[in-house]
Amino acid sequence: MERIPILKMGECLLVSIQIDMHDRLALQLQDDLTQRIAETSARGVLIDISALEMVDSFIGRTLGNIAAMSRVLDAETVVVGMRPAVAITLVELGMSLQGVRTALDVEKGMAMLAASAHA
Amino acid sequence: MQNVATRRDLMNEAELQRQSREFLTAFTRAAESGSTDLHAAVWTPVRELLQRVSSSRAQQGFSPSETATFIFSLKQPIFTQIRRTVKDADGLASETWAATTMLDALGLYTTELFQKNREELIIRQQQEMMELSTPVVTLSEGVLALPLIGTLDSARTQVVMENLLQRIVDTGSAIAILDITGVPTVDTLVAQHLLKTVAAARLMGADCIISGIRPQIAQTIVHLGVDLNTVTTKATLADAFAVALRRTGLAITRVGPPAAGGARSRADGEAKA
Repeated sequence: MERIPILKMGECLLVSIQIDMHDRLALQLQDDLTQRIAETSARGVLIDISALEMVDSFIGRTLGNIAAMSRVLDAETVVVGMRPAVAITLVELGMSLQGVRTALDVEKGMAMLAASAHA
Repeated sequence: MQNVATRRDLMNEAELQRQSREFLTAFTRAAESGSTDLHAAVWTPVRELLQRVSSSRAQQGFSPSETATFIFSLKQPIFTQIRRTVKDADGLASETWAATTMLDALGLYTTELFQKNREELIIRQQQEMMELSTPVVTLSEGVLALPLIGTLDSARTQVVMENLLQRIVDTGSAIAILDITGVPTVDTLVAQHLLKTVAAARLMGADCIISGIRPQIAQTIVHLGVDLNTVTTKATLADAFAVALRRTGLAITRVGPPAAGGARSRADGEAKA
């Protein structure tokens, strides 16, 4: 079964979604990521969705859930690189992911995590 | 026949005569075939000609009745001609009836075409207006501005949103200023559209500032109970730009006295990191 790789970079975990998400993959990611945060006691999680072309309400909600779970485990989540079409879809679905921090690209997201780690 | 509805201010005599002659030639040829069905193949040249005539009239600004008169003005000369050639009463009546039916059908067809042309014109203008009225401008490195002019409906918001988000991706800008100075009224729907745009930009990682809120609009927004607490709002574009510069770590400083010549003076400040 395909899996989304979770890379550890210093105190942060980097997740890059390169394939189209389906429901089970999203749940698998949620499991794996919370597991890895607990194991590595990571302070930040960066999810790169620049290759994600399609979202539905389930994927949107799962992203929100992952962010909320990471916060409980004391790791901050930044979602980076959302495509315009995906952003419009999520807004039209009424999901503005209020609790999730966002950045334009991986570089800016990393800077954001670094800044909050020093604060 | 030209005298009934000649609009010399819109088209010249020679042009009208040329059109009339072309039409009469085509009409005679089609009528000689004996077919009275306007959609038959023999009438194709007539239909094409009318298409050309009515589309040019629509663009020149003729009214529908003026355009239809192009056909209806034929009645008088044709009836005169029929009365001259057909002598018995029965023949006269049936010939006149046939001619009337034919000309009425042609006249209605012209009006229909005219209407269609006008509608196409309106649709095209709407599209052009939509494209023209949603420019996204770069104010500084990492700062975009979107001066909104005119009423915001769902279709326009969609275009605005797409343009803005695409430019955010292209330029990697982290701040976008939505300037609503040119939006005449803000109701709950417009406010909702604005908030949607702001939410979509935020999802991509860009912050939005709404500027150009006039006092009356501020009052309306509060009276309507629209919640703009999640968005930074500023009274003028200049204020919003100052906030954007502060967030990007830039500042504008004066490097010398203002250049002489008032209106022609150049920008006297420059952005410094």
